[in-house]
Amino acid sequence: MSVAAAYPTLDVSGTPVVPFGRLVSVELRKLADTRAGRWLLISIAALTMLVLIIQMAVVLGQDLHPRFLDFLQGMNTPMGILLPVLGVMSVTSEWSQRTAMVTFTLEPSRVRVVAAKIVSLLVISVLALAVGLLLGSLANVLYGGLSGNVAVWGSVGKYVAYYLLLYVFGMLTGFAFGAVFLNSPAGIVVYFVYSFVLPGLLILAGQLMAWFESIRPWIDFNNDQNDLIDGSVHGSGWAHLFTGALVWLVLPLALGILRIRRAEVK
Amino acid sequence: MIKVEGLTRAYGSFIAVDDISFECRPGTVTGFLGPNGAGKTTTMRVMVGLTPATRGDVTIGGLHYRDIPNPGRHVGVLLDASAQHAGRTGREVLEIGARTMGLPASRIDEMLHLVSLDSRESKRRVRNYSLGMRQRLGIAHALLGEPTVLILDEPANGLDPAGIRWMRGLLKGYADQGGTVLLSSHLLHEVEQIADEMILIGNGKIVARGTRDELLRSATRGETTTLVTALDNQQLAAALAEKGLVVHPAGDGLRVTAEPVDVGRVAADRQIVLTDLRAGHEGGLEDLFLELTADTQRDVLAGTVSTEVPA
Repeated sequence: MSVAAAYPTLDVSGTPVVPFGRLVSVELRKLADTRAGRWLLISIAALTMLVLIIQMAVVLGQDLHPRFLDFLQGMNTPMGILLPVLGVMSVTSEWSQRTAMVTFTLEPSRVRVVAAKIVSLLVISVLALAVGLLLGSLANVLYGGLSGNVAVWGSVGKYVAYYLLLYVFGMLTGFAFGAVFLNSPAGIVVYFVYSFVLPGLLILAGQLMAWFESIRPWIDFNNDQNDLIDGSVHGSGWAHLFTGALVWLVLPLALGILRIRRAEVK
Repeated sequence: MIKVEGLTRAYGSFIAVDDISFECRPGTVTGFLGPNGAGKTTTMRVMVGLTPATRGDVTIGGLHYRDIPNPGRHVGVLLDASAQHAGRTGREVLEIGARTMGLPASRIDEMLHLVSLDSRESKRRVRNYSLGMRQRLGIAHALLGEPTVLILDEPANGLDPAGIRWMRGLLKGYADQGGTVLLSSHLLHEVEQIADEMILIGNGKIVARGTRDELLRSATRGETTTLVTALDNQQLAAALAEKGLVVHPAGDGLRVTAEPVDVGRVAADRQIVLTDLRAGHEGGLEDLFLELTADTQRDVLAGTVSTEVPA
């Protein structure tokens, strides 16, 4: 230590930067430590369960013969709707609740904070898939018991991988929209317009204009993702998903990160 | 420890902070004083990297804030006690801070104890906190990482008188142990008792700086004034005026340009009963503060001060 320094300096030699893993675990904690966050997570699981119960009632009542995969497809709807909301909120709540001021004073590298948030969302995607698989398996076993038929498991490995991709797309698109608007209502509304209104409009436009129909699959990220749900995605489907992700995920994410880096945190 | 050099922050044509420079030394409390909108908060936000500077530079211990590793362990920051998630409990707010900084959970209890938030209060959501409780939580959060530098924006805001006294003691003790404290306030009396140095800012510019005594000397412009209150102020004013002393009304009493002993002697000679007699520099500082920081009020204030007592 230099004693005679004319100007006192901070001795930072003993303090390493905040490890990235710690940032991720803190971001995970922040997703669940408020009533809003906790209930969002609980509702995702509860809604998934509800969908499976309805599905069970239908298949039993109409004497259908569902496979494990049918139950898994049932869970995609609630996950697909609510996980992106979690993605939006994970970034916008920092601004609406103004906690970004504290977050960015404890970790001045805003890009590291954004990266930690994204990784925490990926972790939640995996957990959501695990919960979904568990509930789906439970439903299938239950179906076997209730219907007297033999539960059909079949091979679902490919679908599990596709669904994970689907959840990650949803989460990150939500996050990107949240980062662009930095406002919860705006982020959520725009995400839902993008997710539920836009696909219909794009198809309509394609029907009206032949030239548009030829480019539509390249930019219609939502409809492209249907090929993941039914497992029919192939060569050109992957290419469509790639370009769709560029337009609706990568581009807004880049804009959002740019905005977060420059924004004055108030 | 904190060094502000030629700092300017402009919003379009509006200059929030206009070329200011100052330093805060270890072991001292620096009071950053100014009316609302003077540029105190903007300056502090630039210090911790939340707002980019238009020109100039701020370093803490020779480093830019963004280059300080795990900054919570070195610099304690409280910019806005209300900038906390309303749905989190007070304890959870500290938990997140402690986890980010890599501190043991025991540190949370220590800090809660230090700021007198009991375990029941700490489990309530911040939404249900009074402003005073939020300030206490914010101070606990700022001190969590055992920093050597504290940057606090209006920390006394919302605290009750006992709380303000407690905070004074806390910050003074902190500085006595070698810490560097910068705290802002728009209230002179919150700061003047603990600040070793005061920086007065108005309209984005530093208008005065120095220790309390230095500021007082400039406030009274070398003149000694006395504040005095008598049972019969008019009688006393007349007696003092007869002796050729300059007398102005001030609050419940009079401000006299003379030593307290001279005023006391006049009162004794005339057998006038005094209820209060003291050196009049407190008001001088207050006047200086208002005069320097409120351009538009300068003429009005000057007019008030020169009003003679009706005989």
